[in-house]
Amino acid sequence: MPKCENLKKVLMIGSGPIIIGQAAEFDYAGTQACKAIREEGIECVLVNSNPATIMTDEGIADKVYMEPLTEEALEAIIAKERPEGVLAGFGGQTGLNLAMELEGKGVFAKYGAVLLGVNRDSIRRAEDRDEFKTLMREIGEPVPGSIIATEMEACRAFVAEVGYPVIIRPAYTLGGTGGGIATNDEELNTLVTSGIENSAIGQILLEESVAGWKEIEYEVMRDAKDNCITVCGMENFDPVGVHTGDSIVVAPIQTLRDFEYQMLRDAALKIIRSLDIEGGCNVQFALDPETSNYIVIEVNPRVSRSSALASKAAGYPIAKLAAKIALGYSLDELKNYVTGETSACFEPTLDYCVVKFPKWPFDKFKTASRRLGTQMKATGEVMSISRTFESALLKAITSLEIKLEGLRVPSIMKLADEALIAKIEARDDERIFAIAEAMRRGRERSGTDPRFTRDAIFELTKVDRWFLSKVDRIVKMEQTLARAKGKLNAEIIYEAEEIGFTDNEILELSGAKREVLLDIRAVNDIYPVYKMVDTCGGEFEALTPYYYSCFDAEDETRVSDEKKILIVGSGPIRIGQGIEFDYCCVRGVWAIKEFGYEAIIINNNPETVSTDFDTSDKLYFEALHIDDVMNVIKKERPQGIILQFGGQTSLNLAEELDRRGINILGTSFESIDLAEDREKTTEFLAGLGIQTPPGASVTTKEAAFEAVGRLGYPLVVRPSYVIGGRAMQVVYTDHELLEYLTEAVSLSDEHPVLIDKYILGKEIEVDAISDGTDILIPGIMEHVERTGVHSGDSISVYPPHTIPQSVQDTLVDYTNRITRGLGVVGLVNVQYAWDGKDVYVIEVNPRASRTVPIISKVTGVPMVRLAIAAMLGYPLKDSGFGTGLYPSKNLTAVKVPVFSGAKLTDVDIALGPEMKSTGEVLGVDTTFEKACYKGFLASGVHIPLEGSFYVRLKDPDKNAASLEVVRAYAKEGFSILSHGGTLTYLQENEIDVAEASAKEAKTMIAEGKITIVLDVPTVANNPGTDSFEVRRYAIERNLPVLTCVDTAEAFLLALRMKKHGDQPDYRSLEEYVRR
Amino acid sequence: MEGLLYLENGSVYRGKGFGAPGSNVGELVFNTSMTGYQGILTDPSYMGQIINMTYPLIGNYGVSEVDNQSGGIHAFGFVTRDITFRPSNRMSVMSINEWLEQQGVPGIYNVDTRAITKKIRTEGTIKCVISNEGISVGQAKDMIGKTELRTDYMREAGVRERAICKGVAGEGQNDRSRGAGLRIAVLDFGIKRNIISGLTDRGCEVTMYPYGTTAEEILALNPDGLFLSNGPGDPEACGLGVKTTRELLGRLPIFGICMGHQVIALAAGGRTYKLKFGHRGANHGVIDLETGKSAITSQNHSFAVDKDSITVKDMVVTHLNLNDGTVEGMRHKTLPVFSVQYHPEGSPGPNDSQYLFDRFVKMVREYKK
Repeated sequence: MPKCENLKKVLMIGSGPIIIGQAAEFDYAGTQACKAIREEGIECVLVNSNPATIMTDEGIADKVYMEPLTEEALEAIIAKERPEGVLAGFGGQTGLNLAMELEGKGVFAKYGAVLLGVNRDSIRRAEDRDEFKTLMREIGEPVPGSIIATEMEACRAFVAEVGYPVIIRPAYTLGGTGGGIATNDEELNTLVTSGIENSAIGQILLEESVAGWKEIEYEVMRDAKDNCITVCGMENFDPVGVHTGDSIVVAPIQTLRDFEYQMLRDAALKIIRSLDIEGGCNVQFALDPETSNYIVIEVNPRVSRSSALASKAAGYPIAKLAAKIALGYSLDELKNYVTGETSACFEPTLDYCVVKFPKWPFDKFKTASRRLGTQMKATGEVMSISRTFESALLKAITSLEIKLEGLRVPSIMKLADEALIAKIEARDDERIFAIAEAMRRGRERSGTDPRFTRDAIFELTKVDRWFLSKVDRIVKMEQTLARAKGKLNAEIIYEAEEIGFTDNEILELSGAKREVLLDIRAVNDIYPVYKMVDTCGGEFEALTPYYYSCFDAEDETRVSDEKKILIVGSGPIRIGQGIEFDYCCVRGVWAIKEFGYEAIIINNNPETVSTDFDTSDKLYFEALHIDDVMNVIKKERPQGIILQFGGQTSLNLAEELDRRGINILGTSFESIDLAEDREKTTEFLAGLGIQTPPGASVTTKEAAFEAVGRLGYPLVVRPSYVIGGRAMQVVYTDHELLEYLTEAVSLSDEHPVLIDKYILGKEIEVDAISDGTDILIPGIMEHVERTGVHSGDSISVYPPHTIPQSVQDTLVDYTNRITRGLGVVGLVNVQYAWDGKDVYVIEVNPRASRTVPIISKVTGVPMVRLAIAAMLGYPLKDSGFGTGLYPSKNLTAVKVPVFSGAKLTDVDIALGPEMKSTGEVLGVDTTFEKACYKGFLASGVHIPLEGSFYVRLKDPDKNAASLEVVRAYAKEGFSILSHGGTLTYLQENEIDVAEASAKEAKTMIAEGKITIVLDVPTVANNPGTDSFEVRRYAIERNLPVLTCVDTAEAFLLALRMKKHGDQPDYRSLEEYVRR
Repeated sequence: MEGLLYLENGSVYRGKGFGAPGSNVGELVFNTSMTGYQGILTDPSYMGQIINMTYPLIGNYGVSEVDNQSGGIHAFGFVTRDITFRPSNRMSVMSINEWLEQQGVPGIYNVDTRAITKKIRTEGTIKCVISNEGISVGQAKDMIGKTELRTDYMREAGVRERAICKGVAGEGQNDRSRGAGLRIAVLDFGIKRNIISGLTDRGCEVTMYPYGTTAEEILALNPDGLFLSNGPGDPEACGLGVKTTRELLGRLPIFGICMGHQVIALAAGGRTYKLKFGHRGANHGVIDLETGKSAITSQNHSFAVDKDSITVKDMVVTHLNLNDGTVEGMRHKTLPVFSVQYHPEGSPGPNDSQYLFDRFVKMVREYKK
């Protein structure tokens, strides 16, 4: 029984929006924790501003407050709800920092609540660098020489003593924001300054660098009885120097002798005990491979990205158990949920190898520095499981969806020797491929080139020789296949498969025909088998149906006789394809079960709820590659497969699956193709009498300029088949167009470039469910920013507040006709533009969208469930929700995007057609103004009430509307600053404005004089320009940087609410929806 | 070199061979430790057994000069999913392949070790043949038929004659003053080096006695305490060990580990029984009933002590396995005697229970006063 008998109601703090360093893993952890609390009959109240999450959906917590994660909001909610306990260890650094503040101010005590699982002292000792070091020294654990600094002088003195390199780590930040390794005075200056600024307490740790040592992590758990276990030890492929979030991570630990393993395990246990943590904790070590000396790098006194990974890698639900411990249970009282029989007080043993590979956003941020360091840059990750490291690595690469299925990257293979070595030294996201090429050259030269031996590459990278040997084994297999030209046989194929080669790789390397490979495969029965993740290496029988593929003798899947449906997941979190698709997959699973089918999911993202061991009836942890999906289908023989929930990832499989005769449930491949092919769509819509922006599809530059002649500027240009508006741009001149074409066409050879007339107006999004006959539109969302800003980056509002009823009627009519005409069954998302006169269709997405979870939550219409019902043939009209446009709820919801702008240096934060945000929050209230205020609050943007307003406008924005906005800021007491053309324009229009050059502006930003920046660039993504510099400078200093006049207008509403309005009223989502 | 694993029930697993060419008959067991293959192979308790590792990647960090738990490999064969021929660790002096070759032990790899583990789980530990010299299934079947599995390896796995043990300098650090001046007699059924270190690191003087040593012979040198070691085989085949122990109960403070624990149970009049497939690994939780706290333990045993049979013989069960509730530790109600089924010395495995050595040293010290 729980120790804390008095707990009747517990409040849980979520992690808020997804940003780099704090992603879907907290939805996973929080969802588990909510479920664990409710299982005990305790009421769970959740506060989280992130609308895309599963945890904020119905059925997870008893009550959801989709309110900003601020002290004020939390206090108001606690005062209202009066929980006996508060769980703060599941909301990442955000939740923890907030809880620290509230505890420090005595808020919990004031309302009779206690902080469960963590206490303020332990958080402080773990997170405050100075206190942590003192504690480590007290318990005899080694820490590197270091100082805590709040200013530059002390840092210079420290370096004078210990020399370079040194590491700068800001205290209390996410994903190591502002940290880095300095090897000279200049770098020291930059990093120390940004580190101090990024720290919540203006403090950094400057320490001796142990770069090059092995980086090892342990996930540790402890209960109130002081029982301690390590759930999983993990080893980074990349030695110390690369943030663990940006490292390839392997589980279990591979290269430590038992003595070293136990030495670090002992230390990890000692540390969690000394911190008195009850729950989960992550301890990172650096181990010197030359001496086995080690140091403690850091501790996360909460569940984390690593604990999510460890949970999935080991099959041990850390968050669930941490929640149980927080409620008072001890480990020995709890069961291993995977075996159902044995104790939770044990250490999982793996009989497979797990590889985690980060997913970076560099394909979107072409100007970003790809160099990896102590600041995390990845937006997501994939995990793969296999019986060999080689296979797990190659599966992970395939799962990344970077058009690679192996270690051969043509651009790297073309590099000259010196350039290759330089590439390896640059330590960027492609290093492993460069290492592979070096090993390849070593082999090709039969080991005679001393630059490309295993030892030489080790010296260059400090990547353990064991890992290098494994890479070498893959390279060796490439050569074997190349030599097998025409003589491909079963033995070679099996061996290649065993270490993870895909069919495409085998074919490409061997030059064999696909039929030959398939024949050999069929005759010799060379197919993968599936093995179970069971926490115990097969020692006990396990209940959980969690499988991975491998090439081995025995298959242990238990295929049932039930009717079953397979859902294809959405893979790693990336910009443009985030957690919302996991939401849809999970809701899909629940609905499938509800309709009496067995629900099977295939996915590879370790951070998500969809890959939790008890979400689906069966989980296949696999790459979302056609071969892997087909293998699962071959094994399970599902009645149908659902592709519309996994975003573009799953949708992209439609053609291949259709060709193989697989039953795609819902919208057919023909319809998907019709919607995805611009030319076909335009033709189709024209047939319905619906306008699209006039445009052309071109494959050559000549054709492009010919189109310009017809359409005129401005134009929207983009490649076909896009995710998140990748490589999309508004161009105003020939020069811009030419520059774009040179880049975009090389980006996408197979698909033509689309050139559309840019429609200036309102952008509106409609999500609908269709059963083939009727549609239901639960809600319409209107964008605040005008067309040209990616829908993912726009502030959007439900219900629309400036769209006339007649236009809304048109939208419903159009959506109805499009949906029927296309033959959509399930979900569809249509994006419209309205220029004040006409309605145009910009995009039709025959799949789930970013807005599905938002609309589902604010309207109470279970969109995914209805979509599944429609796919299974249940008519919408019987659903109880009606058809047509669902009546608007008496509330306003404002979605505000959240950017990780401060994390990626050299990236422009200006809004444009290319999506840049990593997450979003929802502000919900009774009016647009109030909801807008809450939205901005929740997004973490600082809302200043005074200071200077620095403004620069692009030419098309120099108009009356913009002047109104600037005047309004002046009226609120802001002094206006500007320069260049904007200055003249403002002066001409009699606005009281002072001049500040870009340089002066930067100084004033640093001095805290300028508090808001409105800078609308003509061309974004142009590092080196004045305005780029100012935007970067301001964003890195946490200023609100507005890059669209419409945003500035909305921000003004929030600012006014803050200044003149009452304190917001905080209510549960249910209270708003039920009004 | 082809590898073959043939099970008494007719199951055949084929893979590749490594290590020394040869064919051995033994009892097939599985071990779930993810690290420490060197300590496992050299643990004398594995004598007569063929070890199937559940962790698939073996040999990663090679073989060192410091990790042996005895003079050499005692296991009769080694079965793995994959092995590393080019290991990486500063302490590595050779690869696992070279080591097995040097030690004359046959190994096979590239077999489905998980399938084998599940077979053992469902059918129990089983007699098998490991071969990597190309014998046929028929020959393997013949070998199995002709070979009787021995259960009394504890009689020869330890020292052959009395030996003073200075102890091997362990990599761990301990306060030597705790056991300084205490003389511990060890009845050696196949002890692991780290157990000796557990005593000598605490300053104890350790004298090893071979199987068959009588109580009088031990008492003749006037020791302060008796330690009963781990070892291979069925405790019921350890007759002389049981007899000596019975005679020393109440005359010396006694601590037993693994086989030693089972011998104490038999000496006290209790019973032991064979588990279906034993406990071998480094991850089982064990609860100390007297403190209420649990520890993660290293385990290697086929037999267990029958709970009901010892509680009527003045023994108190002190530790239980959290997974299956089997007896993991006991003490005598009145006499200074206690024991554990698991391995507090780890090697491989957690050091969580090192405190038991301190408890023993303290017990001996107090008894001496």
